[in-house]
Amino acid sequence: MDDSLLEKKEGFVDNDNEHTTWVEYWHEGELVHRSVHVELKKSVSSVVEAASFN
Amino acid sequence: MANTQAMTTSFMGELMTATHNFGTAPVRATGATDAFKAALYLASATMNAATTAYTVTGEVSGTGYSAGGVAVTFATPPTATNSSATAGVAFVTPSASITYTTVTLSTAFDAVLIYNSTQSNKAVSVHTFGSQTITAGTFTLTMPANTTSTALIRLATT
Repeated sequence: MDDSLLEKKEGFVDNDNEHTTWVEYWHEGELVHRSVHVELKKSVSSVVEAASFN
Repeated sequence: MANTQAMTTSFMGELMTATHNFGTAPVRATGATDAFKAALYLASATMNAATTAYTVTGEVSGTGYSAGGVAVTFATPPTATNSSATAGVAFVTPSASITYTTVTLSTAFDAVLIYNSTQSNKAVSVHTFGSQTITAGTFTLTMPANTTSTALIRLATT
């Protein structure tokens, strides 16, 4: 396929949880490629503790 | 000197390597690191803290995606760091991005389950992100920095 026939679209989302970028290629109104890169920002964590006797 | 009530930070790190066993231990053929995998789940699925193991229910499907997902690499062992006499954190993060190459996933998905494929596919953690689809492309999850405050999986005392 001639790359010049493709329309490229890009975008991103950035919030507390992730920084995400995406790229799309369209051909004659049809989505032919979409890739996504998600950078996770937030941990999953558990708080643990030792109980007191008093 | 004085004593201070605390969960020891070393214990938290050792939980991550199955050093302690208060119940019935799983049978381990070796002391080698377990194998972990990452499976993607549809936005309509219900993966959460109650998830106990990998399931095909709600998992994505599509060209280039194999049920069960892809391998997750933990090249760096867990770290346990004290921050005070009462507090500390044990943490671990996959050492490489999780990548699904040349896939088509047409139904929106928004979560990844990390699970232990060596130990009966038992669940480790669920991570969510904005809903996505992939068309003949690559989906990459890049890990946060492996630090006390940002590591992907953390056990902490305060």
